[in-house]
Amino acid sequence: MDTTLLNRVSDFEWHIEPQGKMRVRAVLYASEELIREMDMKVYEQIVNVATLPGIQQAAYAMPDAHWGYGFPIGGVAGFDPQEGGVVSAGGVGFDISCGVRTLLTGIKASELTLLKQPLADALYRHIPAGVGSRGLLNLDDAQLDEMLLSGARWALSRGYGREADLDRTEERGCMPGARPEAVSGFAKNRQRREMGTLGSGNHYLEVQHVRAIYDDACASAFGLAKDDVVVSIHCGSRGLGHQIGTDFLREMVLQAPQYGIELPDRELACAPIESPLGEKYLGAMRAAINCALANRQIITHLVRRAFAEVTPEADLSVLYDVSHNTCKVEEHLVDGRRKHIFIHRKGATRAFGPNHPEIPEALRPYGQPVLIGGTMGTASYILVGTPESEHRSFSSSCHGAGRQMSRHEATKHWRGRQLIDELADRGIIIRSPSPRGVAEEAPGAYKDVGAVVEASEKAGLSRRVAGLEPLICVKG
Amino acid sequence: MIRNPQGDQTGATAHWEHYPHGADIGIRGMGRTIEEAFEQAAVALTGVITDPLRVESRKEVAIRCQAPDREVLLVDWLNGLIYEMAVRRLILARFQVSIEGDHLNGRAWGEEADVARHEPAVEVKGATYTDLFVGQNPDGAWVAQCVVDV
Repeated sequence: MDTTLLNRVSDFEWHIEPQGKMRVRAVLYASEELIREMDMKVYEQIVNVATLPGIQQAAYAMPDAHWGYGFPIGGVAGFDPQEGGVVSAGGVGFDISCGVRTLLTGIKASELTLLKQPLADALYRHIPAGVGSRGLLNLDDAQLDEMLLSGARWALSRGYGREADLDRTEERGCMPGARPEAVSGFAKNRQRREMGTLGSGNHYLEVQHVRAIYDDACASAFGLAKDDVVVSIHCGSRGLGHQIGTDFLREMVLQAPQYGIELPDRELACAPIESPLGEKYLGAMRAAINCALANRQIITHLVRRAFAEVTPEADLSVLYDVSHNTCKVEEHLVDGRRKHIFIHRKGATRAFGPNHPEIPEALRPYGQPVLIGGTMGTASYILVGTPESEHRSFSSSCHGAGRQMSRHEATKHWRGRQLIDELADRGIIIRSPSPRGVAEEAPGAYKDVGAVVEASEKAGLSRRVAGLEPLICVKG
Repeated sequence: MIRNPQGDQTGATAHWEHYPHGADIGIRGMGRTIEEAFEQAAVALTGVITDPLRVESRKEVAIRCQAPDREVLLVDWLNGLIYEMAVRRLILARFQVSIEGDHLNGRAWGEEADVARHEPAVEVKGATYTDLFVGQNPDGAWVAQCVVDV
């Protein structure tokens, strides 16, 4: 992106002042280097988001922003229904409620040295991963509806997990306002056999060790110490969410003229929050959030089974579970007034600062854990929300490294099997059904996650608590 | 840019290609008719998942769609294929399309996904309205393209 098009407010904050049909300014949080690496499409897309009806305060781009469809990935925008605000299927994305759950294990990396291969094998055996993989369950319509209403709580009622897991999950594992009847039969059919599956693409399950601690007090409250082994699960609402995205993107494209919404680009398709279509989408999207929460809960159970086989002394507890593709109603201060607004985060993580009531009690004085996925060969991070992020970005932060190279470019640079061998030399075990899938997800195809996380910290969106490095990666 | 092995560079015969798009992939089908372009776009879709030449035609699926314009019709056709592949656990790689007015009748052939043989790289979540275009080049060749989310 050409930095001369932006108004530099600080080393990590850049503005695009309202012009043309923009209703608010656009704000980009990133270092100059990250801004230069960003595609010009991010500029176009964030400007387009700023034109949408009822948008509040500003359209935000996180440090890992890149070209998406409609909204950029790494985009955050809040809308007020009282001011004609809209909800956008493209502002949430196809993989509704995709997110990260991190589990503490209670063991140290040194205890795992001789067990890494058997643990990798057990995880790969227990957790279905990759294209066309199927879960253990085959849900009928009634069971699907229960799952869509109750999320991780439903998974618990089926024996997948413990009550304490819910305390550490956003919305306590169950998103209110879900409407299973708003979810199409197509979407339900895609999900029947997919509960407890990881998926493919950038989704993964990693066993990691804590390489660095940046904030002792906070790390200790989160239960993290140097050399601890943790497990991170990155996946979402699977086929159900993808189909809901497909269904509603189409409906919103076709109905936008009826609602008098002038779209700068049809991929920005949206509907008024207070309209039959807007309300239907919100009901379906919340059902998909529950699906993602149930999915990560079942996978947690499968991870526990794999660990129990190999290292029974490990005791896996949930540190936190946070989604990064959602639209949620939150209270925020806008122009000095507290308002309930619909915050879209597409490839952005909620990052509530200390003392927010949504945060589990034991962590509340410190802030909400923000879980950032890296790539197979690089680091992941655990951050914490800051008080400033409330007014800077509606309490939002980055979500990952963000791609810097297309999938095809990546397959020209790397071969999957060679990459797997190179990572093995560095002590990282990869298990994947698809060598090409591994090549497409090569660490070098991503931006430097360290730079993204540093920019988030310097921009005041979140603070580093711990740095993680992979030991085992199960890739779909 | 990836072209299929049989593709010719002039646009005179039917072929498909991929083009880069941020985190996702652009798919493009070219042909002498709109139907051929839609068929080739479908092959390009499968090319995201696996090498279409590795897929045998053992099973047949029928797809019908109706849309207010031909661009939405392309998205519907591709999303219809994504749905059938997901639900039936198939990989489809040979296609026949006929379009009359705002209706599309499609047939697709393929087989059950075989991880060892197909080594599927990634599942496609959905076809999007990004970079969506259906129309003719100055040389008369039909183009059908959009970005798919993976």
